[in-house]
Amino acid sequence: MQTYDLEADGLRGLNAALHAQTNQTRWEIINPKGSHAIAVGLDAPIDVTVKGSTGYYCAGMNQQATVRVEGSVGPGVAENMMSGEVIVEGDASQYAGATGHGGLLVIKGNASSRCGISMKGIDIVVHGNIGHMSAFMAQAGTLVVCGDAGDALGDSLYEARLFVRGSVKSLGADCVEKEMRPEHLALLETLLERAGADAKAEEFTRYGSARKLYNFDVDTSAAY
Amino acid sequence: MTQTDDTTPRTVPIQSETFSNAVNAEIRRAAETGIYDIRGGGAKRRVPHFDDLLFLGASVSRYPLEGYRERCETSVTLGGRFAQKPIELDIPITIAGMSFGALSGPAKEALGRGASAAGTSTTTGDGGMTPEEREHSDKLVYQYLPSRYGMNPNDLRKADAIEIVVGQGAKPGGGGMLLGQKISDRVAEMRTLPKGIDQRSACRHPDWTGPDDLEIKILELREITGWQVPIYVKVGATRPYYDTALAVKAGADVVVMDGMQGGTAATQDVFIENVGIPTLACIRPAVQALQDLGVHREVQLVISGGIRNGADVAKAMALGADAVAIGTAALIALGDNDPKWEAEYQKLGTTAGAYDDWHAGNDPAGITTQDPALAARLDPVDAGRRLRNYLKVMTLEAQTIARACGHNHLHNLEPEDLCALTMEAAAMARVPLAGTDWYPGKPGF
Ligand SMILES: Cc1cc2nc3c(=O)[nH]c(=O)nc-3n(C[C@H](O)[C@H](O)[C@H](O)COP(=O)(O)O)c2cc1C
Repeated sequence: MQTYDLEADGLRGLNAALHAQTNQTRWEIINPKGSHAIAVGLDAPIDVTVKGSTGYYCAGMNQQATVRVEGSVGPGVAENMMSGEVIVEGDASQYAGATGHGGLLVIKGNASSRCGISMKGIDIVVHGNIGHMSAFMAQAGTLVVCGDAGDALGDSLYEARLFVRGSVKSLGADCVEKEMRPEHLALLETLLERAGADAKAEEFTRYGSARKLYNFDVDTSAAY
Repeated sequence: MTQTDDTTPRTVPIQSETFSNAVNAEIRRAAETGIYDIRGGGAKRRVPHFDDLLFLGASVSRYPLEGYRERCETSVTLGGRFAQKPIELDIPITIAGMSFGALSGPAKEALGRGASAAGTSTTTGDGGMTPEEREHSDKLVYQYLPSRYGMNPNDLRKADAIEIVVGQGAKPGGGGMLLGQKISDRVAEMRTLPKGIDQRSACRHPDWTGPDDLEIKILELREITGWQVPIYVKVGATRPYYDTALAVKAGADVVVMDGMQGGTAATQDVFIENVGIPTLACIRPAVQALQDLGVHREVQLVISGGIRNGADVAKAMALGADAVAIGTAALIALGDNDPKWEAEYQKLGTTAGAYDDWHAGNDPAGITTQDPALAARLDPVDAGRRLRNYLKVMTLEAQTIARACGHNHLHNLEPEDLCALTMEAAAMARVPLAGTDWYPGKPGF
């Protein structure tokens, strides 16, 4: 285990060290103090623990690595993640997991607005609640919310799958409640287990795209 | 009008300027279909442009350089402000970002071949980087767009520069559109969307808003790419002074400013024609912002939107740009709108030169299409050769003008080399009306 003091040694040194292909596979970052762009662009099966809260884009574009934040994260955690795992022990600000293509993002607290915006294949599990406009234009992947969802969930949704256990304040344009089939229950169970969430798949409701806005039609133009 | 007998003088039928044939046809089309007109290309209306400027040339007070004897350099370096590996180009004319999806694979390859042979860069577009264009482009700029279609860190790391696209001149404030008929299997897969659906690209970035966020986004991209490659910020021309200043403040190495004549693959006609300001109008304010911040030439300014020839290049540079980018003109060099396809243009209800259904996917020239049979009409080697020739000619033309003005490098061209033919152009370019020493807004008058 290698410890890196972010306050003392700086951001450039941190990311350069994490990008360097070395034998060191376990890292601990101390004194993050809300800094931005911590552990971004990783592309190796390494394990990174951040001891405290971070600013914007923590673990952005992650590939292969496991990044655990023992605190809360600012906007855009794990944005455009491709693979690997990012676990946030606290809360997440806006755009958590934005445009992510793959991997698993777990938020043990709540996530703010636009969680999973434009997601393209990432799996996101939020133990708490999520804010408004989450999964906006979400294309692919799965968003699981163990608590409640805010306004306009899944607005202009494409093919991403949304599962919410609690209430949904309102659904966005073209997002509808859908039937929960066995394959969805199976998928949900796996994700809940991987995310360490104490919830049962049967308690969730599935939402998805009505696919009515896929091709322009003047009679639905008010929805745009 | 009362008809009396044949010899009575009559009024002739007068078409309304306001309700012209084109306007009326559009009203009928809208009434029939219920959808706005979508098309490719840039603003077609006449706006003040580089044609409204002239070079003064050498005279008694300035002497010219000898055309075939004295060198006039053309190289430019983009991105030296923060990047460890700035982009070094032989000529200040780059190829603008045009998406795979909008353009065929062979067309992207041809752009790469032509640009590389001429010693300049090309740019990806909405939809990501294709292996063909990476392979055939010596210098490839990777666009980072609001849609993030096909965006992945492996390609980001393969790029020679990154261009954060805030907007485009054809549609400042608008997102993209790729209609279902152009979504082939490959395009759909690159964008992670079902085949055959209309693909809307977002108009705002999903994970940042405003200049303070942009600064942090730039930091993230630099950290991911190890501060190696330049970061450009591209904006559609609307508020050029403030957008340039904010891009600089956010940490951009290069600002790309695209005027309203700038092409697009598919946008609402009403947007193209009515939003944004002319290319000519955006250069001086952008340069002013760079000068006020003390970074003119340290942060480079790339201008695009309606650049067609070496005179346009020279004029943009004389007004303070470091380089230009071309989209439409490059497509025409490849073979777009060539009269040799006239019979097919006629079948599509148009004519060579006016064809702008670049969104429709049935381009007779095989450039703005994903149809394999049509795409096969474009030979990327031959089209690349034409683009190279065209880029060389533009460069020679710009050099000719620069020498006539007494400059041994294109970047030594200056506003004092120019005058304007119209009041509008004089006001926008802040150069005197021809034969006077005055322009509207000149201090002291
Ligand atoms: C077919 C086509 C596709 C384009 N695609 C993009 C794009 O994906 N991203 C972008 O920033 N600009 C795009 N543009 C705009 C160009 O990058 C550039 O701003 C414009 O073409 C410059 O003006 P010009 O066409 O008059 O040279 C596209 C333009 C065309 C003609």
